Amino acid sequence: MGRIVLEQVAKRFGDVEVIPPLDLTIEDGEFTVFVGPSGCGKSTLLRLIAGLEDVTAGSIQIDGAEATGVPPAKRGLAMVFQSYALYPHMTVRKNIAFPLRMAKLDRQEQDRRVEQAAAVLNLTDYLDRRPGQLSGGQRQRVAIGRAIVREPAAFLFDEPLSNLDAALRVGMRLEISELHKRLETTMIYVTHDQVEAMTMADKIVVLRAGHIEQVGSPLELYREPRNLFVAGFIGSPKMNFIEGTEAAKHKAHTIGIRPEHIAVSESKGSWSGVVGVSEHLGSDTFFHIHDTGLAETITVRADGEVGFRHGDKIHMSPRTDVIHKFNESGLRIP
Amino acid sequence: MATQHSRSAARLMMAPAVILLLGWMLIPLTMTLWFSFRKFLPLRGGDLGWVGFDNYTRFVSSSSFWPSVQATLLIVGGVLVITVVLGVLLALLLDQPMWGQGVVRILVIAPFFVMPTVSALVWKNMFMDPVNGLLAHLWKAFGAAPIEWLSQASLTSIVIIVSWQWLPFATLILLTAIQSLDSEQLEAAEMDGAPVLKRFWFIILPHLSRAITVVILIQTIFLLSIFAEIFVTTQGSFGTKTLTYLIFQRVLESQNVGLGSAGGVYAIILANIVALFLMRIVGRNLDA
Repeated sequence: MGRIVLEQVAKRFGDVEVIPPLDLTIEDGEFTVFVGPSGCGKSTLLRLIAGLEDVTAGSIQIDGAEATGVPPAKRGLAMVFQSYALYPHMTVRKNIAFPLRMAKLDRQEQDRRVEQAAAVLNLTDYLDRRPGQLSGGQRQRVAIGRAIVREPAAFLFDEPLSNLDAALRVGMRLEISELHKRLETTMIYVTHDQVEAMTMADKIVVLRAGHIEQVGSPLELYREPRNLFVAGFIGSPKMNFIEGTEAAKHKAHTIGIRPEHIAVSESKGSWSGVVGVSEHLGSDTFFHIHDTGLAETITVRADGEVGFRHGDKIHMSPRTDVIHKFNESGLRIP
Repeated sequence: MATQHSRSAARLMMAPAVILLLGWMLIPLTMTLWFSFRKFLPLRGGDLGWVGFDNYTRFVSSSSFWPSVQATLLIVGGVLVITVVLGVLLALLLDQPMWGQGVVRILVIAPFFVMPTVSALVWKNMFMDPVNGLLAHLWKAFGAAPIEWLSQASLTSIVIIVSWQWLPFATLILLTAIQSLDSEQLEAAEMDGAPVLKRFWFIILPHLSRAITVVILIQTIFLLSIFAEIFVTTQGSFGTKTLTYLIFQRVLESQNVGLGSAGGVYAIILANIVALFLMRIVGRNLDA
């Protein structure tokens, strides 16, 4: 259970077409991430699936059953909101039990499921507190707990980690991935952070202005981005794009080379430039190299111990086997 | 900011305001207490000296004392119930996106700008008049005998008039509270399977509890002292004599300042009892 199929789904707000007709299939048990810059329609798409917005055209099927006009509560989906949307006047226990109470489950079953969810999420000690007394990460877990107890066909996450600090975000990322492995339930996850997408997803859907730019596994998107947008969006630091004569050598309008695929040296290399800012992360160093004659800056990822300083002359050699080629309209040339 | 010097400077700066406020409050209170222990009949001999607790016993033993307390509490309670219930419903309605929202909101607030005397007159003559009133015409249109509102249903009439005046206040405060509700909470409840009425009961109403508390407390303060509405309509007859009105009658109609002052002290006590009860019932909503 938990296969979601979108057929020619479109959404308009008045005259503005937020999502032009699109098709998408999310397989049962898959962790799908919708990723894209802000305003690309990824949250709207999620809300269409949830039923919080009505589709303008097209149909949504959940588990083979038509769900287009079905109210949100009847779709068997659970959602975790960006603001967590916990009920502030209820204790954690009541928050988690709320969907069960609405479904009129008997008290013992309610208690059993709440205790179970609390145990899974390490919330047992906090059941009698109110959301206001919890930390961000704990609130996040309560929101997830409220989703779990319903035993939904699929979980929908709407940028759930964007309100957490960086350290907590990494931790929650792992916890959600772990949860997915354990529950094996379909999850749809919306984020603007490509790192979250790459680390968590089975399948990434890259969106821009409501269009699906590419669908595929994280490594597929990393290895074979279908166009310049996906190439630039996936991967950190961002891929370097080079146009002009250097690109023409590869019979392309634009070539792309990832920072990690360029080797640096003091003396030899096909490209050269002057080191600008270097960012030392310890494990790696990112060099921003100017005056290469190729592009405004070329970013290079080198070993953490490589020591070039601001203003040093530097030589670079790209790995030719991983150069991405794109034509005039930005599409990948195989 | 917290140096010794700045603290004493702050005290000095605040002193005029504090002294003014204390004087404003303490002088009338002391004078009321003073007069309440004296026999003071302005038109029949003036200040006739100390009488101890005579005024207090006379005021309570009067046959109109307990009915006046009852009338006061009935009016306050009735108006509170009506304004809070209708206020919540109106606020929900005004929160819906609709055409002409701005104009409608101003119209809803309008009754609050009408002076109590004027609104009581309008209600008395335009709506509740048994011969020419709109309500009388309405009753006649259905073939019923018109109600003589201010004599047959006097207390209800007063409650209706005062509610009409205070409904905008309640609506306004509750509307701002509703607007501060995070819409994701409602959506979450919707996803959780709560239909409209349950969303209202479990999400919206608890969110409004603090605003409702504020409305109740503020309104009570003002409702305990309503006067113009009674003065203009029933003049305290037909069981509409509130404690405030009784004091007015004692002081101005009977020209007995001492007796009225004793009533004033009782009014202070009553207000404190009501406040105590209210704080017990709804006060904890004010804690964060």
